[in-house]
Amino acid sequence: MHTPSGQAWRPTADRAALQARATLYATIRAFFSAAGVLEVETPLLSRAAVTDPALDSLKTQLALAGFAAERPLYLHTSPEFAMKRLLAAGSGPIYQICKVFRDGERGRRHHPEFSLLEWYRPGWNTERLMDEVAALVKLALDQPALPVACVTYRALFQTQLDLDPWQADLETLRATARRVGLSGVAELDLDRDGWLDLLLTHCLEPTLGRDCLTFVCDYPPSQAALARVKYSDAVLVAERFELYYQGLELANGFAELSDAEEQRARFEADLAQRRACGQPEPPLDEALLAALAHGLPECAGVALGLDRLLMLALGVTDIAAVLSFSIECA
Amino acid sequence: MAFYSTNEFKGGLKIMLDGDPYSIVENEFVKPGKGQAFNRVRIRNLKTGRVIEKTFKSGDTVEAADVHDTDMQYLYNDGEEWHFMHQESFEQMTASAANVGEAAKWIKENDICKVTLWNGAPLSVEPPNFVVLRITETDPGVRGDTSGGGGKPATLETGAVVRVPLFVQTDELIKVDTRTGEYVSRAKD
Repeated sequence: MHTPSGQAWRPTADRAALQARATLYATIRAFFSAAGVLEVETPLLSRAAVTDPALDSLKTQLALAGFAAERPLYLHTSPEFAMKRLLAAGSGPIYQICKVFRDGERGRRHHPEFSLLEWYRPGWNTERLMDEVAALVKLALDQPALPVACVTYRALFQTQLDLDPWQADLETLRATARRVGLSGVAELDLDRDGWLDLLLTHCLEPTLGRDCLTFVCDYPPSQAALARVKYSDAVLVAERFELYYQGLELANGFAELSDAEEQRARFEADLAQRRACGQPEPPLDEALLAALAHGLPECAGVALGLDRLLMLALGVTDIAAVLSFSIECA
Repeated sequence: MAFYSTNEFKGGLKIMLDGDPYSIVENEFVKPGKGQAFNRVRIRNLKTGRVIEKTFKSGDTVEAADVHDTDMQYLYNDGEEWHFMHQESFEQMTASAANVGEAAKWIKENDICKVTLWNGAPLSVEPPNFVVLRITETDPGVRGDTSGGGGKPATLETGAVVRVPLFVQTDELIKVDTRTGEYVSRAKD
């Protein structure tokens, strides 16, 4: 990660990685052009920000009337809110390739600014969208015969960890972490979703998508984010999916929540949780809520991490190798 | 007391855990796109050398360990304790056999060692990478053998035993790599 000072001007990606990114973007644009999906661009800066307590926005300032210190601008963590405003205004199916920003995230698979492909399909359900995601990823990896599997979040935990994530209490979750041999986690102070995230990232993720594209679907309603919830097998599930390949989380999709009141309630709950943890409370996106109140078409949407897709295509394990310049030499 | 946030974690950072000082060996940031972020680290206990795994919630803070390395000259061993002197302040400090550990096999008077101090007291001692020591005992080798293949054990003045080529004899000085415990070459007085 650290380049000697005399070499600090040099790119972190090699020429082949730059070429792979250019080729990938051309492939994506051809794919969506053929499918009749419109490429759009939305602002990176917004007066409102994501409320999700697990995401921290970077903040900046604009030297213009009406944008004084008490009116900061936030760099988006995903183009979701603005794209939903386009959908509500009647855009039809849309996609976007853009940089997104997440404060504090840096590791072999994380970078504070990274590239997302996000797209929305009005009138589609998550099954149909998952098929399209798989088709695009197979095309991008040039592996047309790559098999695709799908497992529910609940079945994944039941089969791999003998644990029902809808029923397990904190003690069971903690005991499971101990039982599967995770060391140095016993003293963690986590809520239910925190323990589930720990088991997912430490135990399950490395095994997901070993030889095939693997979708995990039907998440606990507490992890719905901006997805609709429905009843399935007598429990409430979020209509949300994640795509994994070779242990890497690649994409996150939803049957999009279109109920403005429900969306406001979730934002408020996020802010309450932020308040309780002493996290900053950014302004709610009232423009999104107004768009939902106007009417968001029934749709499914997904965000796919392009840097990670490139890591898989090139067989590299450090995200810096697919970035022209990592943040340390930006 | 100083604290580090997990955001500051990197290899080599010294932290306190359950009353012991640790050094971060490896730090991995793991986080589901929508969910709790963790720093999964491998840390070395600076007292025992044991490496363990530990997971922190990202954003949590952990107490900093007042641990730093300093070059000190080894003066002498009084039979119980090992005496070192700081190179600039000329301050003298003593270290126990447990503190000195494996370094005892390699160091002799006046060697400059890397002494790790915890709260101002020696915690561990690292010998110079290369030391020159006299052979006190080794079997006479076969004359004319200069290939060094095979080799034989030789006891050094500090008590350490290393494998040396057959042509190296008792009373000769040899250069040893303390990181591997291997003979490097003959040395001159």
